[in-house]
Order: sequence, then structure tokens, then C-alpha cells
Amino acid sequence: MTASTASTTHEQFLEDNRSLARSFYHDMLLYRSFEERVQFAYTQGKFSGFCHLHIGQEAVCVGVQAVLRATDYVISGYRSHTQAIAKGIPPEEVLAEMFGKTTGCCRGKGGSMHMFSSARRFFGGHGIVGGQAPLATGIAFKINYRHEDDIVVCYLGDAAMNQGQVMEAMNMAVIWNLPLLFVIENNRYGMGTDIKRTTSIERLCDRAAGFGMLAAQMDGMDVISTYQQTQAIAAQVREQKKPFLLEALTYRYRGHSVSDPGNYRTKKELEQYRRQDPIANLAAKLVSAGIMSAQEQQDLAATIKQQLQAAEQQADSAAGLPVAAIYEDIYTTKLGS
Amino acid sequence: MITIREALRQAMTEEMRRDPDVFLMGEEVAEYDGAYKVSKGMLAEFGAQRVIDAPISEVGFTGLGAGAAMAGLRPIIEMMTWNFGIQAFDQILNSAAKVRYMSGGQFSFPLVLRGPNGIAHMLGATHSQHVEPFLTHVPGLIVIAIATPYDAKGLLKSAIRCDDVVIFLESEIMYGQKGEVPDGEYLIPIGKGEVKRQGEDVTIVAWGKMLPLSLKAAEQLQGISAEVIDPLTLQPLDEELIFASVRKTHRLIVVEEAPGFAAVGAQIAARVQEACFDDLDAPVTRVSGEFVPIPYAEHLEAAALPSVDKVVRAVQEVVA
Repeated sequence: MTASTASTTHEQFLEDNRSLARSFYHDMLLYRSFEERVQFAYTQGKFSGFCHLHIGQEAVCVGVQAVLRATDYVISGYRSHTQAIAKGIPPEEVLAEMFGKTTGCCRGKGGSMHMFSSARRFFGGHGIVGGQAPLATGIAFKINYRHEDDIVVCYLGDAAMNQGQVMEAMNMAVIWNLPLLFVIENNRYGMGTDIKRTTSIERLCDRAAGFGMLAAQMDGMDVISTYQQTQAIAAQVREQKKPFLLEALTYRYRGHSVSDPGNYRTKKELEQYRRQDPIANLAAKLVSAGIMSAQEQQDLAATIKQQLQAAEQQADSAAGLPVAAIYEDIYTTKLGS
Repeated sequence: MITIREALRQAMTEEMRRDPDVFLMGEEVAEYDGAYKVSKGMLAEFGAQRVIDAPISEVGFTGLGAGAAMAGLRPIIEMMTWNFGIQAFDQILNSAAKVRYMSGGQFSFPLVLRGPNGIAHMLGATHSQHVEPFLTHVPGLIVIAIATPYDAKGLLKSAIRCDDVVIFLESEIMYGQKGEVPDGEYLIPIGKGEVKRQGEDVTIVAWGKMLPLSLKAAEQLQGISAEVIDPLTLQPLDEELIFASVRKTHRLIVVEEAPGFAAVGAQIAARVQEACFDDLDAPVTRVSGEFVPIPYAEHLEAAALPSVDKVVRAVQEVVA
């Protein structure tokens, strides 16, 4: 697809999907504002531990989530605050979880890397690179076992493509026809290491060929093409009950975690990606298409800011679990004498 | 009289008839009838949707089991041997054992991970390892070791009905061991040990393959009455049963096939000296495997492991 046909397609898309385009903008802005607030709270010392931000990668989460049903499953790695929100966990519960409070989505027992919601089918939040992939096959196995028609989206980072258990999961997904969409968020760096230095191929979705699995690459900095491409692929995964490996080319503006200044990247590279910023680009398109004025966008930003301020105040004032709760949630049954 | 192999099969079969959410997955479990024939005939009864041959991807299919459990099924995952199960430790430790906790109790993991554990015979070091010292160390896991057909069936059925992760330890060379099993259905509660032999002078705690070995040693003891306890569940441990016996006999020997360093026997010894210090007439003694990789040659392998003679000598020293 050339640039000109892509932009024609986008104009047509905006014309046909005015409210969806507004929701894309709202969601991406919410996620970026959320992560910026998280970073600020971290630097203020409101919480500690590891904290990985999604800033720059919003289009992937928004574009993919928009094609899913509420009953579909999402499972991810440790960079998943915004994916948790996208799957329906209220921002205040995600923030409170980071603050270690009882109002957090895991009552303060998971933290930044381990967000879960059983009811909303957000199955984590996993702290070991690639550990979510075999779990995703199990969820998809259950869908087939019970003859359901949901799908599982399993987000993976680029560096997870060198993790053995991810390869095992992909093989099992193919041999058992699992309705499982692997989405690689390729932000080009596994922590501080350029994937070119660690990975035998540059086009990560080419790994799929070794498993006889269908695959595609997409522009993960563009929410509309992410949405369009994922929509077609997710429908195929659902109908054909076959896994798919979808690689989203994206970029994180911040370091690997909030404590990483990202010195391994050039300013020029960062600037280049900022010019592709998913939010700024959609903002301009919404203005020129007459869908959302600059003033409306400013008003939305102010509303989101207020909403997140309130969320943070709630999280600040919430209590932590009593210490006795460290012994809860280990086993379901009381055992022994 | 049935074998342990048949007892395990009966347990799985009965539970799969009872609950359609239970399925069996592992290497060679279906068309090959199981590497040790534990699942013989189960494919024919339940079909390929519920008795599933897995690729040699232990961390992968263990993670699949954990994910399926998280989503509401009740998987039985067979490790061809727990030596291969070591590949799966990431999924066992980081997913199966921790997600319930990390999610604040939102998920449960009705997952059974079962297979032979410990030393068989002349398989060399990579195929001769014990996982209970590692896995009893992990909060979130239940660890069971069986040594009789009766215990195998009753505890495996309980394990399959349990909503937590159960590590179920068997032994290659005990699958053919025979014993009585009642006709009707029965369950053995998880977390309860059993006095396998009543005695007065010394308590021997042993599980798995060390149970028949210790019972044999107890028979050989001249003029010493040994009580033999099988904890059956190693995590959580039935401490009260052991304490009560020690308060009666005043002496304790733990027989463990694994190397003793930081192993289950070390924990039992520590707990008994904490709880029964004044009751003890002798230091708690452990008969353990040597701290060596298990050698291949038959005489070397035997030298590295507990034996009836070693247990008899240990008892004589403790009682003297």
C-alpha cells in the first residue's frame, strides 16, 4: 500500500467512522495522559518498584482493543497499564494498584507489572518476558474445548521473540488450531539493547513462517491502519480458529522503565518517531476532516486531566490492605491440621 | 489388588467421567498409552479432545495447563518424568503458583502436574532428580508424594478436585507395585499424613520410594519398635502427626532419597526441634542421598542413595 492510497483510505475511514475516530483520539490521549501522570507520581516518590510506560505506543493498544468483543481475552507482559484500562479496568484501579492500595485491581498485591481482572478478561500483566504466551494458548484451548467463539490477544514485546517458551506456544497454537492472535509490539529495543543486535531476523513476524503460522506487519504508529488491519485479522482468527502473528512497528518515547534515561538511542531517532506521533497525527486529521476542532481537543485534554487528578486523589487517600492479608490468596482451600 | 499404575488410571478415569472439564495432556499420553502406560486405554474412552499428546515442550504445555486452569478448566498435565518438568519451572513458579496471589485472589488454578520423580535405576544424573526440595519451597503449590495404590488413587482424585495447583509425585519403578484398593469411591484428604506402622521406640518419616524401604528396615530391626509415618502431602506438611509420634517415641529419623541439604527432611528436623525439643532423647537424624549428581554405574548409584542397611544403622545409633 502506497502512502497516497493509505491517506485516501484514511480520509474515507474518517468520513465513515466519525465517532469511532473520536473515541480513538480520546483513548490514546487518556492513555498518554495516564502514563505521564504515572511517571510524575513515580518521580514524586508515590510508589516504587519497576514501572514500564507505554508512551508512544498508544495506537497499538487502541487499534487492537477496538476490534475486540468484551468477552475476548487479553493477556500481556509487564508494560500493560494502558492495555488493562483498554480492557475495562478503570484508570483509578490501575493507579491504585501501583500505589499498593486495597482499591487497586489486585488489592495492591500485583503492582505495576501484574495487573489482572478476571471479570473483564484481562489475564495479566506478566513479569517474565514471554511467560504470557503459553498461558494464552491455555485460554485459547479452553475456548475450543468449550466450543466458544471468543479469541485471545496475546501481546508480546519484540524481545520476547527470542524466548524459548514463546516458540513452544506458537507451535502449540498452530497444531491445535487455537483462536489466538499474537501481537508483537516491536518498539525496537529489548530494554536497552537494539533488537538488531540480539535477533537473527529484522522482520519479527517472519518467525511465524517456521511454524506455518500466518503473519503480517503493520504500522503501529497509525491507529487507523492498526485498527483496519487488526479487524480483518481478528475476524479471520475467530472464524478459522487459527493463530496469527501480527507485528506492530512502534516506538516508546521513554526509557525501558522510568529509571532508564534511554541513552542508547539517538536524539535524531527519537525526533523521527515523534514526527509519526499517533496522537498528534490523528489530531491533525480530525481537525482537517471537521470531526473534532482544536478547541474540542483542548477541552478533552482538560477533562481527562481532571478525571486523572481525581483518580490519583482517590488512590492517594485509599488504604492499604491490613498486614494479615499477606497470608490471603495463596490457596483457595484451608488445608492440613 | 491393583498396581499403582492402575490406581492412578482409575483416579483419572473416574474424575474425567465425573467432570467434563477435566482433561489429560502430556507427552505420549494418548496414542502411545503413556510412556509408563499410566493412561492406557484413556484415549479410547475419552477421545482426542480430552486425552492429548503434547509436543516435547514442557514449559509450553505446562503454561497451557495453567492458562486453561485460569480460564476454568481442570487440566491434568503429565510429566513423562519430573526431570523434564524442570523445563517447566518458570510456568510452575511464576504463573501457576503466583497469579492467584498477584491478582488478589481473582483466579484459581485447579491444575494437577503429575509424573515420576526421583531415582529409578541406572538412568544417569539428568534422569535421577527430586523436585520436592525445590517445589515445597514455593508458596502456592501443594506437593503430594504417593507410595501405595490406595494412596495414589485417593489422593489423585482429591488433587483433581482441588482448586489449587497440585504437584503429584510418583516413581517409575513403583508403577507396578500392588496393593488393595476398595471397590467404591473414596477420597484421601490433602494435607493429612498416615501412620503406616505403629511403633514405640523411634519415629521414621519417609515418603515415595523411601516408604517401602523404611518399612523393610523397620521389619529388620531386632528389639526396636519403629513407627513409620508417610506424610503423603509434603506441602502443606501434616506436622501435628509427626509431632505426636515424636512425643511418643522421643526419637526421629527422616529418610529422604534427595540430597539432604535444604531438603524436606531439613525442614522436618527444624520444625520438630522447635516444637518437640523437650521430648527428644536424641538428635533428629536424617538418612539422605549423598550430595552428588547420581552416577550411572549400579554400585555407584547404590552408594549415593539411602538403603535398608543405612536406615537400620541410623536407627540403631539413635536408639543406642
